[in-house]
Amino acid sequence: MTHFDAATAAVEAALAAGARYADARVMHRRHESMNARNGEIEELTQNEDAGIGVRALVGSSWGFFAVPDLTAAAARKAGATATAIAKASTGVPGPQVDLVAVTATVDSWASTCEIDPLTVALSDKGDLLSRATAESRKHGADVAEGIYQIWDTRKWFVSSEGHRIDQHLRECGAGISATVVGESETQRRSYPSYRGQYGTRGWELVNEIDLGAHAARIAEEARALLTAPLCPQGETTLILGGEQLALQIHESVGHAIELDRILGWEAGYAGTSWLDLAKLGSLRYGSDLMNITIDPTIPGALGSFGYDDEGTPAAPRHAVRNGTWVGVLAGRDSAGVAGLDYAGSVRADGWSRLPMVRMTNVGLQPGPHTLEEIISATEDGVYMDINRSWSIDDKRLNFQFGCEVGYEVKNGQLGRMLRNPTYTGIGPQFWQSMDMLSSEIVTWGTPNCGKGQPGQVGHTGHPAAPARFTNVRVGVRG
Amino acid sequence: MSTTVDTQLDVASRVLDLVRDAAGSGAEAEVLVSRQELALTRFANSYIHQNVADAVTHVRLRLHLEGRTAVGSSTQLGDGLRDLVDRTVAATRLSPLDPGWPGLTPPSPPPTSGNVDEATVAATPDERALRVRAFIDAASGLNTAGYFRTNYVSAAFANSAGQSAAGAMTEAAMDGIARTATSDGVARLASVRLADIDGSVLGTRAAAKALASQNPVELPPGQYEVVLESDAVVDLLRNFAMWGFNGKAYLERRSFAQLGERQFDEAVTFVEDVTTPRALGLPFDVEGTPKRRVEFVANGVTRTVAHDRRTAAQAGTESTGNAHPAARAFGPIPLGMTMVPPGPEMPTEEVAGPAADLSVMALVSGVRRGLLVTDFWYTRVLDPRPLVITGLTRNGVWLIEDGEITTPVKNFRFTQAYPQALAPGAVLGVGTHLVAQPGDWGSESFVAPAVRLGSWNFTGGASG
Repeated sequence: MTHFDAATAAVEAALAAGARYADARVMHRRHESMNARNGEIEELTQNEDAGIGVRALVGSSWGFFAVPDLTAAAARKAGATATAIAKASTGVPGPQVDLVAVTATVDSWASTCEIDPLTVALSDKGDLLSRATAESRKHGADVAEGIYQIWDTRKWFVSSEGHRIDQHLRECGAGISATVVGESETQRRSYPSYRGQYGTRGWELVNEIDLGAHAARIAEEARALLTAPLCPQGETTLILGGEQLALQIHESVGHAIELDRILGWEAGYAGTSWLDLAKLGSLRYGSDLMNITIDPTIPGALGSFGYDDEGTPAAPRHAVRNGTWVGVLAGRDSAGVAGLDYAGSVRADGWSRLPMVRMTNVGLQPGPHTLEEIISATEDGVYMDINRSWSIDDKRLNFQFGCEVGYEVKNGQLGRMLRNPTYTGIGPQFWQSMDMLSSEIVTWGTPNCGKGQPGQVGHTGHPAAPARFTNVRVGVRG
Repeated sequence: MSTTVDTQLDVASRVLDLVRDAAGSGAEAEVLVSRQELALTRFANSYIHQNVADAVTHVRLRLHLEGRTAVGSSTQLGDGLRDLVDRTVAATRLSPLDPGWPGLTPPSPPPTSGNVDEATVAATPDERALRVRAFIDAASGLNTAGYFRTNYVSAAFANSAGQSAAGAMTEAAMDGIARTATSDGVARLASVRLADIDGSVLGTRAAAKALASQNPVELPPGQYEVVLESDAVVDLLRNFAMWGFNGKAYLERRSFAQLGERQFDEAVTFVEDVTTPRALGLPFDVEGTPKRRVEFVANGVTRTVAHDRRTAAQAGTESTGNAHPAARAFGPIPLGMTMVPPGPEMPTEEVAGPAADLSVMALVSGVRRGLLVTDFWYTRVLDPRPLVITGLTRNGVWLIEDGEITTPVKNFRFTQAYPQALAPGAVLGVGTHLVAQPGDWGSESFVAPAVRLGSWNFTGGASG
């Protein structure tokens, strides 16, 4: 029996049990990770899982059931059970669910990959991490850490509307960090970002970031931070590096434009959104420089795919155009409830989890400046980069971020290093204060986006570049 | 239950046999076979919008061979077990040397087989929907959202040193909010027993909080005396567990913990103990170390931090049974910690108005001017060593004046060193009623009373 056969059997059983729509995903996922610390490999883990998840719609109520058994009998039972669960949902029914129309597609898609990361010798991968962390340790790190992660995912999707899509995604990435311990505090510097850089690419991504070339620098910078002056407190002009701006986009734009949040479907846990659908197309989100796209077609980005987990083909779309909010991340059911005509942003963390609205690649279009020009044009301010902490309220308005490192900006030049830089604000006010944006876009990968109950971890991408914001409160501390 | 556990022990034993065949008798191997049957009925806008269940068996193999170590896992039984063994043996042989390998857990029986409620195991989608219906119906017509879930975990462990252990646990949990246009209220509870979760009681409480916190006013940020309800106190426990009592962080001096020092108010005692009849959790960890009662803080004095076998060996002590799948890199953490009140635990009762229960009101009555805080949200570490955390309040904040709850208040942002908040002299009262809070991720199960603290550092208001 092929995986398509198993998925088909599950869908047919769900329909036979009374569902008016059903879909099923067989997934086979391999995950490999390695951690190094202070020049030694700490752990090598290789996980593998496979199974089938079935979604059934009875009336306007959903049911979902998943099992790791891929026999025909198990698949049929899973389909029938999903329908039985959906029937229980009808006891507490909601509004009419009309799925947004999607062309039933038969297709096969694979991400591009020059060097299959699972075929790279473990010894080579281990040498990379152990050498980089040994180098950091030699240059002053008390704790030098390195990590790589690899995911190899195959999916077979079948729907009762006629979808039959298989996909093969290969994702990987790596990073290093150096922590120093002072009398009463710690300082950390990371490269290329906290937890590393990730993409839907092969091992060539890891080769390009060249961890070893940055190992000494981050240790020395972390050591220097211990005696650097504290970030001043007050309102100032803030220049953010691209890595930090990527997380700013993720938290204060990406989650805010998730349609399930806007509709209140995540109110009990992740929260809602400050955005009101009635203002889609007219609400001022940020300055004219703010152009945010939702684009799962970016080659190699961590939020890229051929089709989402409802079989909707990947397509780019504006979320914010010239500062005005114009688009959302949607699924077929949420779009139907909201009266929108597009979906395409639904994914699940494995076969055992329900597909839900997730970010794909959500990021900025390039601006007209360079970081050098932004710093040169700034008389007095603070430059911060590389995220250290992040927190935002349940409506995605009130945020506070901490960065690993800050620098004074005086008379158009970078000055002293600053420790414990933090900044805080309210989303739309902050974005409306963006008055300079660089063209130096990097698409950062975030492999740890949490959402949903049961909890799911999502992989997202965020094109971002350095930018300047005015009148921002910085230096918040306990 | 016993059939499942017996099957799991058989699977573990078969994996050990396969390891012997593939790698010889010199291989040190440990196998954890765990099965989870999780069902979660989720509601929003007062209807069920997501309703999921899954039943998955995981097999985890850790292998130490010729001085090298690797870990593999699979959800595929049958032929999948041989694949798991073969690829883990191959990975181990290619791994670097592991000079810190602490050896396997010796034979040592767990203190209990875990707490299982058969009604929770057998709960149906209809029973879950009924509890959701009860929550919604009790919420005074307010918009509601949340979930009801049942969770059954059974596990068997075996290693090549002769240790063998089996156990199981159940959890029934509900977490829901009621909403008005300007406010939210929450009620949560977790228990071993399905019968303990009453959707009607929780829906009534969530609605009472939401109704009492409508049209809140904005107060200036600053230092406020606070009464933190159990939901908020659990956030303290979670962060203390992750960063403070993490054995690896302690060994690397990234933790504030100093053993034997009076770092907390004498009213503070933190304990982990799965041997009690209402404890949520398996009776052994992923290394097969039996769980035991561990006092992390006793009457204000830091007694120990969490250890797995590796950090215990480095510290010259014994494992506290806190190994978990990510412990090697992140460090062992006590995911089942309880804050134990200094006096006897007392039954409580629901009260009218925004307070969760009578024990909260007893703390409120002593406050001249302060804030009643229901819940914390999105807390993150600014620096792990002093354990400075930023986050926000959520689901209801009120001004307390002369022992009375007077005015609903908008949410605050805070930036607070958690150990400082519980430092000697800082704890002005501890509630007498313990509440088990549902965990958001993984197998955490924290239990806490409400507390009254002398000061909490609010650094921002609702408008920034």
